[in-house]
Amino acid sequence: MPSTLATALLIARKDLAIEFRTRTAFFSAIVFALLGIVIFFFAWDSTAVAAIDLAPGVLWVIFTFSGLLGLQRSFGVETADRAMDALLVAPIPREAIYLGKALANFAFVAGIQLVTIPAVAIFYNLPMGDAIPVLAAIATLAAIGLVAVGTLFSAMAVNTRLAELLLPMLSLPFFVPIVMGASGSTARLMAGRPIAEALPWLRILGAYDVVFIVACALLFPFTLDE
Amino acid sequence: MSADGSVIPPQVPLTPALEASALTRAFGARRAVHDVSLALQAGQCLALFGPNGAGKTTLLRMLAGLLKPTGGSARIHGRDLRAEGGNSARSLVGLISHQSMLYSALSARENVEFAAKLHGLPDPHGAAERSLASMRVLDRADAPVRSLSRGLQQRVSIARATVHQPRVVLLDEPYTGLDEAGAVALTSQLQSLRASGAALVLVTHNVAEGLAIATHAAMMIAGRIARLDARDTLDADAYHREYREVVVHA
Repeated sequence: MPSTLATALLIARKDLAIEFRTRTAFFSAIVFALLGIVIFFFAWDSTAVAAIDLAPGVLWVIFTFSGLLGLQRSFGVETADRAMDALLVAPIPREAIYLGKALANFAFVAGIQLVTIPAVAIFYNLPMGDAIPVLAAIATLAAIGLVAVGTLFSAMAVNTRLAELLLPMLSLPFFVPIVMGASGSTARLMAGRPIAEALPWLRILGAYDVVFIVACALLFPFTLDE
Repeated sequence: MSADGSVIPPQVPLTPALEASALTRAFGARRAVHDVSLALQAGQCLALFGPNGAGKTTLLRMLAGLLKPTGGSARIHGRDLRAEGGNSARSLVGLISHQSMLYSALSARENVEFAAKLHGLPDPHGAAERSLASMRVLDRADAPVRSLSRGLQQRVSIARATVHQPRVVLLDEPYTGLDEAGAVALTSQLQSLRASGAALVLVTHNVAEGLAIATHAAMMIAGRIARLDARDTLDADAYHREYREVVVHA
């Protein structure tokens, strides 16, 4: 039998191949994110609020909502013709399914970040320069946290009649620490403050990721038991 | 005598290919399957008939390890389906349903290869080729599943489920949507699986198709096995008439 990691990579590759062929969720998420950025931009009164104060919040809120579109689809592809049954009958650890889905979701949200972060920087004229490596670290930690929790809730919600509604309702409260940590550290970074000031937020993001990856991987098999 | 005709020494206990003991599943207060016990030896085929809502699919899903029983247990070649994640038992099972369980955006070959890799087969590409060829869909192997007809999708689905040469094959209305060629290919595939020693459980409403391949026939009513017969003791026409009566009065 293949190892848990090999199985997870196999499932992630399969999910990404399906997304690459259909491109529906990714392009929907990108369009949604760009529209969100534009709407926030036109609703912004630059004489009342400085760009540096608004942009980090806009960036991570948009990222969170557009990421939900990908998470929604994650288990949706398994339900169409009950492909999930074939996955569950295969002699693979349940945790590998979670890990594979999470890896594919991570690639999905990382792709969204690659578009939304430069877009927000351009719209709000943010000073990126030296901040890029730290911003990349913040984005990675935020993406890991989002997919760790979102993948679990996507599996829980997919078999319900109100999946589209249930996933955001379950996930968003858990995303609050991610948005707080990511926007708090980004705000300090963009304001040109020392990196040390952003570290407490980064630590919160890191701790959140570790706790929720472990907890969600352990809980995931229970979501599959009918 | 065993299925292949060899004599089993009496001192060697014969482990059933599939064994269910007092299998029960309740959904709230309703018992969908109640106290079902059965055993199938290698090479045997049980055709399971019953009206809608009799609990056939629920029983099949428990035997596949997809549904947790509320009582009793199921074993595949002596391996408990719920013990230690059930991976060892599930590696011997193939599941075919009227739903294709395929990814429509992937090609037939990719779907079958994916299943072969999940089972850790050493040559997934070769195994997929052989399985697709046995279902006579190799010429459409690179077409996306969504572009195939319902019948061809079902053939690919069967190729996917049997790519690892399962020792127990569970079939839930597998003939649904198949044209005559597809039905012939399926029957021939099932017969060759049986000949190779696989045990089959075939859930169907079609008595003729079921009895054509079965060694045993069971009728399920209200969650229980109401009758279980060896195929060679049955008169197909009389059985069909009785089944029709059961369905009408269910």
